[in-house]
Amino acid sequence: MATIAHSQTTLDHHDGHDPIGNATFGFWLYLMTDCILFASIFATYAVLGHNYAGGPSGHEIFDLQYVFAETMFLLFSSTTNGIAMLAMYRNARSQVANWLMVTALLGLGFIVMEINEFVHLIQEGNGPDRSGFLSAFFTLVGTHGAHVSLGLLWMVVMIFQVLGKGLTQPVRSRLMRLSLFWHFLDLIWIGVFTVVYLMGVL
Amino acid sequence: MAHHSYDSAGASHGSLKSYATGFALSLILTVVSFGLVMDGMLPRGVIMAAIVVAAVVQMVVQVHYFLHLDTSSAQRWNVLALLYTVLIVAILVGGTIWIMINSQAHMMHGVMPMGH
Repeated sequence: MATIAHSQTTLDHHDGHDPIGNATFGFWLYLMTDCILFASIFATYAVLGHNYAGGPSGHEIFDLQYVFAETMFLLFSSTTNGIAMLAMYRNARSQVANWLMVTALLGLGFIVMEINEFVHLIQEGNGPDRSGFLSAFFTLVGTHGAHVSLGLLWMVVMIFQVLGKGLTQPVRSRLMRLSLFWHFLDLIWIGVFTVVYLMGVL
Repeated sequence: MAHHSYDSAGASHGSLKSYATGFALSLILTVVSFGLVMDGMLPRGVIMAAIVVAAVVQMVVQVHYFLHLDTSSAQRWNVLALLYTVLIVAILVGGTIWIMINSQAHMMHGVMPMGH
C-alpha cells in the first residue's frame, strides 16, 4: 500500500494535477534550451577567441582581481537567493522580500562592474568591432549580462509582488522559477570566467 | 526544481546547510582556479587541466546544492532533460571545434605550396 501511495504522489507531479510542478518543469526545459544558446556562443568564442587581428589578447585586457570580485557578487547573490527561498517555505513574507533585495543589490553590483568593464574597453578602442576575439567576447559576456539584467528586472517585480500580494500560490510559483533562473546564471558564469577570463590570461 | 513543489508531499527543498555547503565549496573552487592562474607557478598544461576540472566540479556542486537535483524518481524528467542537454552541448561545442580545427589544417595545407 505504502508503495502504491508513494508512486501515486510521484505521478501526480507530472500528470497535470500540480500546476506549480508543471510550470517549473516547463521553465526547466526553457533553461535547457538556454544552455544550448550559450553552448553555441561558447563554440563561437572557442573558434574566434585567438583572432586578435593585431589587437589586444585577453592577457593584455583582463584584470583577474576585478573578475574575481564580479564572481563573488554573483556567487553571494546565488546563495542569498537560496536563503530567500527558504524564507518562502517558512511563509516569512518580509524576510523573503528582504533577502530578495539583498540578492538584487548583489546582482546589481555584478552588472555595474560588467558595464564598467565594457565601457573602459570600448573607450580604449577595444570594442566589439576591434577583432574577432573581441566580437566573440562581447557577444558571450554580453549575452550573460543581458540575462542577469532581465533577471534583476524580474526580481524587482517579484519584490513588489511579495510585498503587495503576499506569498500567494502564483507568487510562489514565480519565485521558484526566478530562483532556478538566478542559480542557472551563476552556473553559466562558471563557464564564462573559466573559458574567457582564466584561459584568456593563462 | 520540481523538488520545490513538494512541500505538500513533505520532501525537502534545500536547507540552510545545503546552501552553506554549496557556497563554501563553490568559493573554495573559485579561489583555487583564480589562485592557480594568478600565481602562474605550475606548468601551463597543469593549470589548464586544473581549472577545467574545478569548473566542472563547481557546476556539479551548484546543480546538487543550489538546484537540489538528485537521482530520486521524482526528479527523473529534470535529470533526463539535463543529461540530454549535456549531450547536445558536447556535440555542439566539441563538433564545432573539431570541424574548425580540421578545416583550418586543410586550408593551411592548400596555401603552403602556393607560397613556395
